[in-house]
Amino acid sequence: MDCVAGIDVGSLSTDVVILDRQARTVSHGIVRTGASSTRAAEEALAQALAAGGLSRGELVSVVSTGYGRSSVPFADRAVTEITCHARGAWFLFPDVGTVVDIGGQDSKVVHVGPDGRVLDFTMNDKCAAGTGRFLEVMAEKLQVGLEEMGDLSVRAGGEVTISSVCTVFAESEVVSLVARDHPPEEIIRGLHRAIVGRIWAMVRSLGMRGEVFMSGGVAKNRGVVSLLEERLGQAVHVPPEPQIVGALGAALIALEQ
Amino acid sequence: MTRHYLLSRYAEGARPVAWVTSGAPVELLRAFGFYTVYPENHGALCGAKGMGSELCRTAEENGFSQDLCSYARIDLGTAVSGRTPAGRLPRPDLLFASNNICQTVAYWYTVLADRWDIPLLMLDTPFNHTGEPGQAEVDYMSAQLEAMIPTLERVSGRGFRMDDLRDVLSLSKETAETWGEILGTMKATPSPMTIFDAFVHLAPVVSLRGLPVALAYYRILLQELKERAARGEGGIREERKRLMWDNIAIWYKVRDFSTLFAERGMNFVTATYTNAWAETAPHMNPRRPLESIARTYSRVILNNSLDHRLRLMEGLIRTFRVDGLVIHSARSCKPYSVGQYDLKRLLMERLKVPSVVIEADIADERAYAEEQAQTRLEAFFERLER
Repeated sequence: MDCVAGIDVGSLSTDVVILDRQARTVSHGIVRTGASSTRAAEEALAQALAAGGLSRGELVSVVSTGYGRSSVPFADRAVTEITCHARGAWFLFPDVGTVVDIGGQDSKVVHVGPDGRVLDFTMNDKCAAGTGRFLEVMAEKLQVGLEEMGDLSVRAGGEVTISSVCTVFAESEVVSLVARDHPPEEIIRGLHRAIVGRIWAMVRSLGMRGEVFMSGGVAKNRGVVSLLEERLGQAVHVPPEPQIVGALGAALIALEQ
Repeated sequence: MTRHYLLSRYAEGARPVAWVTSGAPVELLRAFGFYTVYPENHGALCGAKGMGSELCRTAEENGFSQDLCSYARIDLGTAVSGRTPAGRLPRPDLLFASNNICQTVAYWYTVLADRWDIPLLMLDTPFNHTGEPGQAEVDYMSAQLEAMIPTLERVSGRGFRMDDLRDVLSLSKETAETWGEILGTMKATPSPMTIFDAFVHLAPVVSLRGLPVALAYYRILLQELKERAARGEGGIREERKRLMWDNIAIWYKVRDFSTLFAERGMNFVTATYTNAWAETAPHMNPRRPLESIARTYSRVILNNSLDHRLRLMEGLIRTFRVDGLVIHSARSCKPYSVGQYDLKRLLMERLKVPSVVIEADIADERAYAEEQAQTRLEAFFERLER
């Protein structure tokens, strides 16, 4: 069976999506990127091929994206994650006007046209605040799992204000809040509010456009999504597997080749 | 410019030397025969030569904040260490600053004045909220210029003659107008040069304005560009898209960027930055020297409102038939970088011109992240190529 693959080599995870000729998802794979982008791409691809019962020879086209996009030797083409997230989001949700992607080391807001192409975009400054990395650091400090943060935040009875948006300063702020016995879930909710504040600033700088779609690992966090909905005053659409939207977009571009 | 910096080494003691900000009305100093050095031009030179971060660090080690403009840090770093790619900078007898480009120069030049115990002349230019200065503002600035004359006479040892100032102003006006014509040749398709060339050719109108050598240089350049345009010869091999640049150059990336864009057939044909030294030329009037200097220097882009900037950018986009805009958000230059996201959004809404913002710095490489800039630019190229 002829198939195509999209590979998104991000700072935290490497994701692969395999599509058939009719753009139906055959399988996907997600691995930690670790120290070698090339090896991570190989592993994620092997995982996805195995899940789909496919061999390498059945892939007719491969497009890479993400920060490690140029370190995938078997890719036919490299495309930025901005274009890929827009394409993937539009495919899953054709009414999309704005994509909010919060990845491991950057966050971006992309305006998508009715044809799934990028109209305009903005990305975070050279700073970890407002990214997945920010939450990862805080989860470690609070000794809770990254995936637990969303539920804890939604359950919180109150909220602590995190005054600093810098990851390093916020970390020391968290340390002192923990020392003063503030409930972790209230601190987490405050951290989520801080991230949403950063994203809101980016949305404001581009302007709001139509329906909002969220991708990237942080979209799995219910706490961030609900606070973002509250800030935007409208629903945020999250796909079942938000982490693979970039890889899906890359695979769709591979299909056009 | 090499000749200028070479002569600089011998200026000290031979001629009165002044250090001047890029937006100060140097014409007044020329009438007294000052040899002028531009710390900002020197900062750009250090940035392009890869010495920017080192000199910034020297300033930081001496207590200056890393949030301070990198031109200021480089200059203070050079003042402290004597290190410069230009060999040697002549010690000034006088400092001349105008806050029409930023407030930083007021404090930066105060530090220099204190260090060398020399006079500092400062032209205070009220901000233009409405696009042009009122008569009260013009009178206020003219009076300041007039009050500077006794100090200039004392330091230079030369009496003031209004006719000398008129001559300098005529020369300056013609130089700035010729620079405007040079930039105008870039309206041609393909444009006979790139903005990266213009960044280099900009140096004379900034720092040798009002001297015959600058005008002579521009006449030759203009002739060459006209001939190139007539032959249909472009600044890059294949011009497929025409771009505009906003803000000061990223000096340590000029070479890399010129290749990066040229390889993709993208040519920068205009910039708010290079345009700044042509924009105000019509307001210079040798018949009314002091008053017209006040009017001219009050109107520089950074002393003007964002409305003015928006209209200017809209005009340049239309005249130069621009397909896309690259916005440099410069960590050093707050007055130039503030409001850029609003301008970006408004230009997209009004003219449907796509744009990209690159977070960087003019001369301190430590504020530049290659991978981030690369991703933004590639996404911008993908957007333009669709």
